[in-house]
Amino acid sequence: MLARVYVTPRRGVLDPQGKAVAQSLHSLGYPEVSEVRIGKYMEVRLEAADRTQAEGRVREMCERLLANKVIEDYRFEIGEEDAR
Amino acid sequence: MKWGVVVFPGSNDDEDALRAIRDVLGHEAVPLWHKASDLHGADVVLLPGGFSYGDYLRCGALARFSPVMQSVRSFAEAGGLVVGICNGFQILCEAGLLPGALIRNRSLRFVCDTAIVRVENARTAWTNRCRCGECLRIPIKHGEGCYIADDVTLDALEQNGQILFRYVDESGEPTAAANPNGSLRNIAGVMNERGNVFGMMPHPEHAAEKLVGVGEDGVKLFRSLIRHVEGGARASRVRGGDDASGAHSSARGS
Repeated sequence: MLARVYVTPRRGVLDPQGKAVAQSLHSLGYPEVSEVRIGKYMEVRLEAADRTQAEGRVREMCERLLANKVIEDYRFEIGEEDAR
Repeated sequence: MKWGVVVFPGSNDDEDALRAIRDVLGHEAVPLWHKASDLHGADVVLLPGGFSYGDYLRCGALARFSPVMQSVRSFAEAGGLVVGICNGFQILCEAGLLPGALIRNRSLRFVCDTAIVRVENARTAWTNRCRCGECLRIPIKHGEGCYIADDVTLDALEQNGQILFRYVDESGEPTAAANPNGSLRNIAGVMNERGNVFGMMPHPEHAAEKLVGVGEDGVKLFRSLIRHVEGGARASRVRGGDDASGAHSSARGS
């Protein structure tokens, strides 16, 4: 299976990169942009008996390593691996 | 008194720390390889600066799962003295041994400079050779040194005297201009509530000899620790000192 994990800065946590990118978008002529938040996207391929088991394992991975809960939030989607 | 200096792949200030301890202070120091779990009876464990595991994922995130860190965690939980400098500070935060986190500098730039830091609490194992309010000149060099925590945590740190250093200007004021990385409340170094684990972004090991620039202010921190360990509880006055020192000797004896 393939887990797509999104890790983003928590609300209220400074995101200087996002701020700098938002300013660049403004200067490129996108005044409608109110905020940019920059995070990480990870693809985790794993073996699992079923989706529920995979979810449990990936949640544990996020809690223990992939995200730092002091500064980041995470969410993930589990799907069948793409045919490549 | 014996010092252990942890060496991770990507550590690059371990040699400077070993040199400061051995050549300047004349103490015994042993490198502790990240794959080994034996702390060799060290009285103090120092996590040096650098880029452990390439700073992959987040600074300090991978180092905390190394075998040596499992031992460092048990050592700290038993009251053993652990100090993290720069990347070592990041590792201690990632490991949950210190509150808060260190994120990208607000300027988005790596800073390499001499910081002035003000001693906020001199009644600790780490600062007992300093005066409260004293300003020290200590080098900094980091890209992810912006200390953050939620307001509740920050207020608790203030109330408990856990903030040991703040970035200040020449007149000793914690201004925004004197803050090199955007750290909340100008925080440059914090200890845990028990007082036996401490982390700071500036590098005292780089301010240990007149020969190399900014002076010798860093030596005061090393000497504070020596006084704490060798001078016993009378001179140290760590928060919960009796408890910490008792647990410490048992950890050393094991």
